[in-house]
Amino acid sequence: MTEKLDIKAIRNDFPILSRTVYDRPLIYLDNAATTQKPRCVVEAIEHVYYHQNANIHRGVHYLSQRATEAHETARATVRDFIHATSSNEIVFTRGTTEAINLLATSYGETFCKEGDEIIISAMEHHANIVPWQMLRDRKGIKLKIVPLTELGELDIPAFEQLLSGRTKLVSLAHVSNVLGTINPVKEIIEKAHAHNIPVLIDGAQAVSHMPVDMQQIDADFYVFSGHKIYGPNGIGVLYGKEKWLDMLPPYHGGGEMIAHVTFEKTIFADLPFKFEAGTPDYVGSVALATAMNYLSSFGMENIAAYENDLLRDATEKMMKIDGMRIYGTSPRKSSVISFLVNDIHPFDMGTLLDKLGIAVRTGHHCAMPLMSALGIDGTLRASFAFYNTHEEIDALIAGIERITKMF
Amino acid sequence: MTINEKQDQIVETFEEYTDWMDKYAYLIEIGNNLSPLDPKSKVNQNLIEGCQSRVWLDAEYTNGIIHFMAESDAVIVKGIVSLLIDVVSGHTPDEILNTDLYFIDKIGLKEHLSPTRANGLLAMVKQIKLYALAFKTKG
Repeated sequence: MTEKLDIKAIRNDFPILSRTVYDRPLIYLDNAATTQKPRCVVEAIEHVYYHQNANIHRGVHYLSQRATEAHETARATVRDFIHATSSNEIVFTRGTTEAINLLATSYGETFCKEGDEIIISAMEHHANIVPWQMLRDRKGIKLKIVPLTELGELDIPAFEQLLSGRTKLVSLAHVSNVLGTINPVKEIIEKAHAHNIPVLIDGAQAVSHMPVDMQQIDADFYVFSGHKIYGPNGIGVLYGKEKWLDMLPPYHGGGEMIAHVTFEKTIFADLPFKFEAGTPDYVGSVALATAMNYLSSFGMENIAAYENDLLRDATEKMMKIDGMRIYGTSPRKSSVISFLVNDIHPFDMGTLLDKLGIAVRTGHHCAMPLMSALGIDGTLRASFAFYNTHEEIDALIAGIERITKMF
Repeated sequence: MTINEKQDQIVETFEEYTDWMDKYAYLIEIGNNLSPLDPKSKVNQNLIEGCQSRVWLDAEYTNGIIHFMAESDAVIVKGIVSLLIDVVSGHTPDEILNTDLYFIDKIGLKEHLSPTRANGLLAMVKQIKLYALAFKTKG
């Protein structure tokens, strides 16, 4: 049974939500691009800089020890938030993109050789396409693409057909940033594991919207960005099962990631430090953990339930607008709606919604192959967070109706 | 009319619209009235690719005068494109090269020329000047 959230109180935690743009109240519906930050996250950053700033690890002095503790406690918070088994499985990165690049290099160079295959899908963000293309060009591997169904879901039978003795990795989005489709990752991972193929899940669009449990879905790798989960910009997470991370060579070299260095040879540090060359973002980690604790105080199930209400309300109301086309109509969706109205260009609609104080995203959403598959150049995308309200949805609907009449 | 007289006229017209939505409604009207580009001009060679929208720009040079033709896939961009080519068409390369296109800023549409807007307009303004320079060199 889910509990009702006090949205008014939640909104008060986000100072930016009470600002105006063009003398109108801001209606922020671009949450899939980045989420706003609650006061506690910004205060956590301030607290670290004002009260415990020191470079972490190896410092014998008091502040360094406090900063190290805070950074490692943050790692444990991330571990618990996604139900990993060990802090060794949590590597801090700069974001989803860096985490995927890390794997494309460390995993790709170790396990992939010419003729091998990596499976991605037609709904991937460029961050889960381009690093694999770069690996393809370095190693001569092949990319296999899982097609989509009419509803914008992964074509599971087609996916099964693609699994072969040559498949070295499956790398798929948990939730599509354009279509909102929540992919059946547990089922996909089971199928891949039946062939002994590891699976990387791009969780950038999932972690802020639903409970995510590594024990339940059994992903080998799972990556996401802090800024999309109400945390700060510039930090992200690579989860990897210890057995895999142990087998991978480091991505970047430098300080922090070593055990011993001579000019002849370097012995790398243990997990997770082997992947964290240089001074880690010990401010970002603490702020990210603060964001996670903040979300946990409401319960991810409750957040998911409320956002699902918003999605249903918005979808029903939008479908009543003449000429409305929604891209992504899976019954299992997160709170993202991509749409077009009549032949109105997304740039035009987006520009005018902006003048009404409504922030949506327009364009190809870093998923140009998906746009090609849909036969369009771009869409408008409204994406909701748990601080959005039904009144804001009504304002969006009224805005779209008003603008549609202008063309 | 000189380029600046044309610019001032546009500024005057836009002064009537105080509300953003009215201003854009007018731009949409202008955009819709822009005649479609001849298919022989609407080719990749004349395409200015923006991340958000695309602009096609072509130019003709006769008797020392440049005439511009343009189109966009977005109507608002088409409206601004229409204003731009009206302002610069019918002038010599030197007149165009020496002109400061201030009207866009004055009518409050400067944001559309920002590099972050990615609608192809900024590149179009540069392209207009490049055409003028090329025709001037050609003589």
